[in-house]
Amino acid sequence: MEHIEADILILGAGGAGLRAAIAAAEAAPGLSIALVSKVYPMRSHTVAAEGGSAGVLKDTDSLQAHFDDTVSGGDWLCEQDVVEFFVEHCTPEMIQLEHWGCPWSRKPDGDIAVRRFGGMKIARTWFAADRTGFHILHTLFQTAMKYPSIKRLDEFFCTDLLVDDGRAQGAVLLSLSTGEFTAVTARAVIIATGGAGRVYPQNTNGGIVTGDGMALAFRHGVPLRDLEFMQYHPTCMPGSGVLFTEGARGEGGFLRNKDGYRYLQDYGLGPALPEPRNKFMELGPRDRLSQAFWHEERKGRTVETPHGAAVLLDLTHLGRDKIIERLPQIYDLAKDYMGVDAAEQPIPVRPAVHYTMGGILVDGRTAAPLPGLYAAGECSSVGIHGANRLGSNSLAELSVFGRVAGEQAAAFAQGSSNGDTGRLLDQARAAESRALALLNRQGKGERHTALRDEMTAAMERGCGIYRLGDETQQTCDTLADLKKRYADVTLDDHNRVWNTDWTTAIELGFQLDVAEAIAYSALDRKESRGAHQRLDGYENRDDERYLAHSLAHYRDGAAPEITYAPVTITKSTPGQRAYGEAGVKLEEAKHKHD
Amino acid sequence: MTERADKTIELRVLRYNPEADEKPHHQSFTVPYTSDMSVLQGLQWIKDTVDGSLTYRWSCRMAICGSCGMMINAEPKLACHTLLRDLAPGPVTVEPLNHFPIERDLVVTVDDFVKKIESVTPWLIPKHPKPVSEGPYNQTPAQLAAYENFSACINCMLCYAACPQYGENPKFIGPAAMAILQRYDGDSRDGGSALRIDAVHGEDGVWGCTAVGACSDVCPKAVDPMHAVNQNKMNTALDYFLRFLKKRDAK
Ligand SMILES: Cc1cc2nc3c(=O)[nH]c(=O)nc-3n(C[C@H](O)[C@H](O)[C@H](O)COP(=O)(O)OP(=O)(O)OC[C@H]3O[C@@H](n4cnc5c(N)ncnc54)[C@H](O)[C@@H]3O)c2cc1C
Ligand code: SF4
Ligand code: FES
Repeated sequence: MEHIEADILILGAGGAGLRAAIAAAEAAPGLSIALVSKVYPMRSHTVAAEGGSAGVLKDTDSLQAHFDDTVSGGDWLCEQDVVEFFVEHCTPEMIQLEHWGCPWSRKPDGDIAVRRFGGMKIARTWFAADRTGFHILHTLFQTAMKYPSIKRLDEFFCTDLLVDDGRAQGAVLLSLSTGEFTAVTARAVIIATGGAGRVYPQNTNGGIVTGDGMALAFRHGVPLRDLEFMQYHPTCMPGSGVLFTEGARGEGGFLRNKDGYRYLQDYGLGPALPEPRNKFMELGPRDRLSQAFWHEERKGRTVETPHGAAVLLDLTHLGRDKIIERLPQIYDLAKDYMGVDAAEQPIPVRPAVHYTMGGILVDGRTAAPLPGLYAAGECSSVGIHGANRLGSNSLAELSVFGRVAGEQAAAFAQGSSNGDTGRLLDQARAAESRALALLNRQGKGERHTALRDEMTAAMERGCGIYRLGDETQQTCDTLADLKKRYADVTLDDHNRVWNTDWTTAIELGFQLDVAEAIAYSALDRKESRGAHQRLDGYENRDDERYLAHSLAHYRDGAAPEITYAPVTITKSTPGQRAYGEAGVKLEEAKHKHD
Repeated sequence: MTERADKTIELRVLRYNPEADEKPHHQSFTVPYTSDMSVLQGLQWIKDTVDGSLTYRWSCRMAICGSCGMMINAEPKLACHTLLRDLAPGPVTVEPLNHFPIERDLVVTVDDFVKKIESVTPWLIPKHPKPVSEGPYNQTPAQLAAYENFSACINCMLCYAACPQYGENPKFIGPAAMAILQRYDGDSRDGGSALRIDAVHGEDGVWGCTAVGACSDVCPKAVDPMHAVNQNKMNTALDYFLRFLKKRDAK
């Protein structure tokens, strides 16, 4: 087995991993950095983000207002000290990206333009046309080429971490192009492997978003925090789940049911004004909009499509010119894939899984409880999203905390000594043998793709927009059964070079562990908060018992154990989340109070 | 509830397994499809249900990650953005991108392409460096428009598969790398074009282009790399001329 020695190892080269690599290279130019990604970095799923990235810019805006929107949007499950740090650092990070060349959209005078975004009271979302994530990713990827200390390992797939002497010290990688294994040893390890949305059948995530890093940390004893909170995005393409950005509603699009009625007014988001208004109707938060869909479907007020129920995203009143000028991506997606001309007809849409709020437990400076291990980006739970992430906070997150992770890991690497290479390489060889056992397993077992379909269906049923205890329990049982059957799957492909049958099967192993953590965390939280909503007697938020983070702990061969940890509250005591007219009333009452 | 896939289409896919095959060959699959299915989804159906060893790259499914470029009926296309219904009744040939070495089935070698990007110094070299604390640079919408479409390149390599010059000389810098170079050279904040000049007018630089324009025709993102090549030709010509003047003045 090949062995690479590095000072810092970064798993994942999306926005968070690249930002971490640059930060580490700038903080400690003498350290060697191994940057690993299972796809070429510019294919990472950060590329798909369209809308934008938050950072207070306007004179009328304030850090306090960004903090308030984030904490109330997260239904008070945020680490408030971390949110304070976050909102302070968003704008400098956006400027840093600007200095590196990110082509932010501009006002006529050449200053940065910001746009409205759901759940944000004031426009503070920086955007680069309707391709913000794409531009951030390519800017970071190309800027990273400047630093000779960053050694990229592109198309290397991580199958396990190396943990010895109570600290994280490296990882085992499979080279896709050769099928050979490489051990990388390092004094600090950063996980930046992205979310886990593909444990659900319909989602906005790319094929690579399989929760690998979460499962790796979990298996090595690091708890996964708040995983029951999975965000559904309300407007996605039925079937594939491809996203129609929130921008469509920001520009004034309506959501109608099969009778043409703007049904959101029935769910506390009204009144139904003709013009878009922040936090009203179609610009309410994602969780509320997705929940309203669920009710409409049960009331029989949705339309049928070849891929199940849908509601209608109506842009026709905006006129063809405005649609093509402002929403070109949406127009093309609807036309190319669905054969719908958005200027003439409404587009059928439905909620699909979009974002993983929880993740690898880390402190406010990205350090996991396992020494030497750091995590940043969607795979991590640094504590800013709580029970529901606000759109445009996650691109900001990967910049702010990607940087912190890089700096922290550099400092840790500088302050620690090399581990026992012999023992680490023994571990690496054991991991290689486990992976090879799957490759070489003979006979005619089940296909992992069939298991994957059963897993995703079970997750949608028991851990969907609404959760019912007995259905969630059934999902847990299905997952346990699937894990047993997973042990016997066989591959069609037994070759070494570019064997994606093999890597997809390993990914399914990761997914099953993450899915279990989601399901058991959901089962255990007997209240409704943010993206976790129950209809079996726990319809309300219960701050007495559940103003607490869930922690899922891995147990080999058994279901994860769920415990709880307190939430840090600095300046915002839990209040009511209200939108539409009710939200305005609440604000007024609050101001009278102040 | 899922639409019944009652139509079928034949995909003739190029297969090559370096561990078993002496040379590539075609294999036919009959794929049931619905009106909204892409070629990528056809390949996924084959991989999930018929032959798990079929190998191709993909991720985003929405024409932005640049992974899934391949030759579809002999044209470079993104598989996720090419619909089966538009290719009916078939058969459809699906092959790896032209001009790149095949690693397995539809997977080609990307390293050389990425090295070409690296070779154009693809990062901003500020004309007037300043710390973050001094805020963003000013850039008017017109200044942004001067390079914006060159910055939209998704690195899908379709233009290289279409470029006859690259087919003949794999060292030729090629369309996308030139677009990326021009993306920085044309950026009002950048002052680094002198560092990029060698990539432009070196032996395998811009002068290798014979202005066929196939690159811009196949580009799925309207980057218009041909235009970048032309701008670079003009700039290099000008640069040569200026150097010539300087030398003459020095005499
Ligand atoms: C369609 C869409 C639109 C979005 N729009 C917005 C928006 O407008 N604003 C906003 O703030 N957020 C948005 N988001 C969310 C945001 O884009 C993501 O949360 C963020 O980009 C995640 O970045 P990341 O660096 O954590 O992970 P990713 O970009 O997903 O990168 C993960 C990296 O890890 C690597 N990796 C994973 N597993 C392994 C392994 N086993 N071995 C080796 N490498 C591995 C991958 O190759 C990749 O390089 C959107 C998300 C989606 C899906
Ligand atoms: S210039 Fe166009 S065709 Fe060429 S790599 Fe970029 S996006 Fe693809
Ligand atoms: S899968 Fe991303 S471009 Fe086709």
